[in-house]
Amino acid sequence: MRGVSKWFGELQVLDSIDLDVAEHNVVCLIGASGSGKSTLLRCLNLLERVEEGEIVIDGQSITHERVDVNVLRKKIGIVFQAYNLFPHMTVLQNVMLAPRKARGMSRDDAEGRARQLLHRIGLEAKADEFPDRLSGGQQQRVAIVRALAMEPKLMLLDEITSALDPQLVSDVMNLVRELADSGMTMILATHEMGFARECADTVCFLDGGVILEEGPPGQIFTSPREPRTREFLARVLEAEKLA
Amino acid sequence: MHALHEVLHAFLNLHTFTLAMPDVWAGFQVNLRMMVVAEVLVLVLALMIAVVRGLPGRGAKPLRALAIAYTDFFRGTPIIIVAFFIGFGLPGLQLGFISNRSFTTYGIITLTLVYTAYVTEVYRAGIESVHASQRAAARSLGLSYGQTMWYVIIPQAVRRVIPPLLNDFIGLQKDTAIVSVIGVAEAASLSQQFSTQNGDFGSYLVAAVFFILITIPLARFTDHLVAQREGRERAQAF
Repeated sequence: MRGVSKWFGELQVLDSIDLDVAEHNVVCLIGASGSGKSTLLRCLNLLERVEEGEIVIDGQSITHERVDVNVLRKKIGIVFQAYNLFPHMTVLQNVMLAPRKARGMSRDDAEGRARQLLHRIGLEAKADEFPDRLSGGQQQRVAIVRALAMEPKLMLLDEITSALDPQLVSDVMNLVRELADSGMTMILATHEMGFARECADTVCFLDGGVILEEGPPGQIFTSPREPRTREFLARVLEAEKLA
Repeated sequence: MHALHEVLHAFLNLHTFTLAMPDVWAGFQVNLRMMVVAEVLVLVLALMIAVVRGLPGRGAKPLRALAIAYTDFFRGTPIIIVAFFIGFGLPGLQLGFISNRSFTTYGIITLTLVYTAYVTEVYRAGIESVHASQRAAARSLGLSYGQTMWYVIIPQAVRRVIPPLLNDFIGLQKDTAIVSVIGVAEAASLSQQFSTQNGDFGSYLVAAVFFILITIPLARFTDHLVAQREGRERAQAF
């Protein structure tokens, strides 16, 4: 990602972002709300249009005019803060839809694979329930495997635990940890500092649409160079203590 | 008092009521046929136009404009005027396949044109009420625009708009009487005929009863759906 900038009208939300993510790496984006974390992720699978700069994924530029967004998005999974499961479909149908329609998998193959994924997260018994019968943590895990069912090369996780009750967070983060261990390349926008510290290869601190500081978690969390990073971490750690 | 008595007697007369029944029933079967055919056509056409109206991009602009012009025109024109245009205009065109149809067919065309415009707006409201995040989720999974509409947006939209849609259908069912102006021999026109022949208004009551008998169940069914939805939403809120 080179010199990526993005404006919402007059407001510049990303300001010449440079970022490299190696295969099998986990990158955590941290920073206050409105610092540009989510927008950065949404630009990566072209849910938002990039106005300046270039993004290259898997050797291919995705920011020039003639990119087939549907092909690109099959390689990139994204999970949102609000789960965004399809409420009119069962859990199983949610997971099967994209493999069947976007990849042309047969019903049997897609169902077999979906059940296997649901089994992996311990929710096989919920396959035929509708999403509103599941807890937030369960819904979010279904959303993760729905993205995994497309066998993406890169997963983007956009504050996926921010809408969850604290006791449900660990279920979801354990699944993410498993993914990291299995070698999935991931970029997370997150407030889970514990996870970032433990699992990230690189942590980026965003502030006002700029990557202000970037480094291995050991360095960022113990000896941040930038005063803004220090200030942010101090506030977050304070809040965690209170909770 | 005498005048009131006279009027009541003319409308509410059990004898003429039974006498008029067969004629009006024969006409009402035409109403029923027009309702069913027009409703099926409206359901499909209105969905198509609603989707066209929502198409993204500059390339689709002429199509969107056409869809808007259509709904503006047919929502703005009184149905009786549309009926005159269709019922007297199409036969005059002398085009084999559309100019030699029955009055009933012209009635169905009129009802379909007008109510498609109403129901297009109902569908459109439904489509717009589905949160943008649903679209983002579907597109991010690699589904195309069309697949996203068909599998994710439209099913949710349709579920939400069933009550207002049935409301429009109640209107359509009653307006089958209006197309009698172009010569459709349906319940309203046949009861008028009966009344002029017999000098008695009882036949109108027969027609009213027929219409009420089919709209009331539809109205209660709509209420039931609304109540059911409200119950579900309350259950989700807690």
